[in-house]
Amino acid sequence: MATGATEAKAKVHERGGVAVIELHGEINRSAEAVIERGYEEAAALGPSSLLLDFGSVDYINSTGIALIVGVLARARADGRTVRACGLSDHYREIFEITRLADFMTIHADEASALAEASG
Amino acid sequence: MSPRLKSLTGRLRRSERARAPATDPESTAPAAPETESQPLDIAPNDPIIGLFESAEGPVDLDDLELESSALEQMREAGIKLAVPLVSQGELIGVLNLGPRLSEQDYSSDDLKLLANLAAQAAPAVRVGQLVREQEAEARSRERIKQELKVAQLIQQNFLPKQLPDLPGWQVAAYYRPAREVGGDFYDFIELEDGRLGIVIGDVTDKGVPAAMVMAATRSVLRASAQRLGAPGEVLARVNDQLCPDMPDKMFVTCFYAVLEQESGRLRFANAGHDCPYLGTPAGEVEELRARGMPLGLMPGMAYEEKEATLGPGDTALLYSDGLAEAHDPEREMFGFPRVKGLTGSRRTGHDLIDALLSELDRFTGPGWEQEDDITLVTLSRSGGVAVAAEIQAAELASAGSSNGAEGALIPASKVGVEQGADRTLTEFEVASAEGNERGAMERVAEAVAGLGLPPSRLERLKTAVAEATMNAMEHGNRYQPELAVTVRVLASEDALRVRITDHGGDEPMPVVDTPNLEAKLAGEQKPRGWGLFLIEQMVDEMRVSTDESHHTVELGLNLRGDDDGDRRD
Repeated sequence: MATGATEAKAKVHERGGVAVIELHGEINRSAEAVIERGYEEAAALGPSSLLLDFGSVDYINSTGIALIVGVLARARADGRTVRACGLSDHYREIFEITRLADFMTIHADEASALAEASG
Repeated sequence: MSPRLKSLTGRLRRSERARAPATDPESTAPAAPETESQPLDIAPNDPIIGLFESAEGPVDLDDLELESSALEQMREAGIKLAVPLVSQGELIGVLNLGPRLSEQDYSSDDLKLLANLAAQAAPAVRVGQLVREQEAEARSRERIKQELKVAQLIQQNFLPKQLPDLPGWQVAAYYRPAREVGGDFYDFIELEDGRLGIVIGDVTDKGVPAAMVMAATRSVLRASAQRLGAPGEVLARVNDQLCPDMPDKMFVTCFYAVLEQESGRLRFANAGHDCPYLGTPAGEVEELRARGMPLGLMPGMAYEEKEATLGPGDTALLYSDGLAEAHDPEREMFGFPRVKGLTGSRRTGHDLIDALLSELDRFTGPGWEQEDDITLVTLSRSGGVAVAAEIQAAELASAGSSNGAEGALIPASKVGVEQGADRTLTEFEVASAEGNERGAMERVAEAVAGLGLPPSRLERLKTAVAEATMNAMEHGNRYQPELAVTVRVLASEDALRVRITDHGGDEPMPVVDTPNLEAKLAGEQKPRGWGLFLIEQMVDEMRVSTDESHHTVELGLNLRGDDDGDRRD
């Protein structure tokens, strides 16, 4: 592990019927178990909608993209919609290039995401 | 459903031991008169199966102490003696006998006789079963053949019988179905004011279901195209109409364009189909990209509408994934770069189609069984002059399959990076260990700080460097810590180049493919496989070269003012 790497964390809470998965640190291979657990915790809340909050994420690589694809695939199989927020312009562009943005609504921040999810 | 035999023996299918019907002994020792020929069901987990399989000869049911519902049934039916028929260790039937009419026990001679009979009957019965199974298989093969024929008929009936005749334009089409017909289709729709609608699409799934969905899509599309005009609206409408009746797990990718003959203006929208390419007489290739979900997945989708103009000598190539996703015997994919490369070879119409097909033949080798339908449609505007020598040069560059010391450089993006005098900004090595790509990325960012790249471009470069370094550490060096990745940053007045070299020269680099997100989301493909695609998208040019012991990925960025860093919009 390189120095200065920040370990990934996922904090899950529920707000207005939406399970928010707040991600921290680097979304790369080492985040796999964290994201897996995050999804399961969120799913246990039984929401129809998930929000991935990337506000505290400083790095996403292609393996991280694959993990997000995995979350999206599970959510679709479970009949849950997925939203994302807190992406920098750069990662937002990457979500568009990879077409992840076709399968999840992207919001500026948690507040606007939740407002739209409930509205 | 497991068939039941009303003959001498019961029968047990080899594949599913769900039932082992057994019958009474009509033709052997005298039967208990009250027993009827009733098939007997033995549950696959019934312990009596194991017992019968390991029994040596007839089994006296009175001697058994077993929790078995089959045993109970057999006793109720008045069966006294069971003679298992075992072939190759598997129970294939049971010969059931009632008590002897003389009410004496079976003698040891009787038992010996029955054991001999079972030993000889078992293989014969098994052969009989196999013959029946084969007959059933032959019938099902025949049915599949019939279905294939039906699918082919539907498909052929719904493909255009003739090509549109447009003055100043050359339209060519090619369609080759796979043995099991896929759901490819293409169409030309004459619209008002001499405009022409051009369609290419692909239904997931194969055979009759795919052909039916293809036929429905084509009809709905034709109707909507006549009424609505704008490609984005047409696809949105078709999607809404298809959604309610679309079978589960099926969807349709479809690219729809409207051509204005005079101006060469091509307006298009895309429902998740592979991006068509637009080649110019200068050998440049542009992707006709527009965002949109495949048809039939979800109602209420919007389809982005884009526009391109075909100038004299330009050729648009529409194709289905049966071409790019064809595999050679080593399971390597033909790949999009090859398709793109040939679109830039200044060929038009049938020449381009022929070139693609012969390249495909070369790639797949003899004896290849086509995996999926292959559909190619070209639209060329007259007026370009192709120079033979230039075509040859383009050929050399297009396939990218040779392995010379200088490497086969695969032009992987449309924006060429000018050559000029390079100066080295930095050169360093990174040990192959997970996570080290971030350090490489930061060092490159520091080295190029003086070039004044716009922040968004710098971010893209950083991502490309991180991904290329990660690939080099993982695939080239297989994370062996003693093997380093070398990173070299060069700049000229016109261009910035980052060369990332690993020790993986013995294996070819994979070609860049657009990941199939739908398939990944449906769990049909692994979620991974984004690295090379991302790199290619992040920079103006990516070149890959290989020598005997190294791979080098070169990332190029234009530094000229004519690129504002937002080339994707």
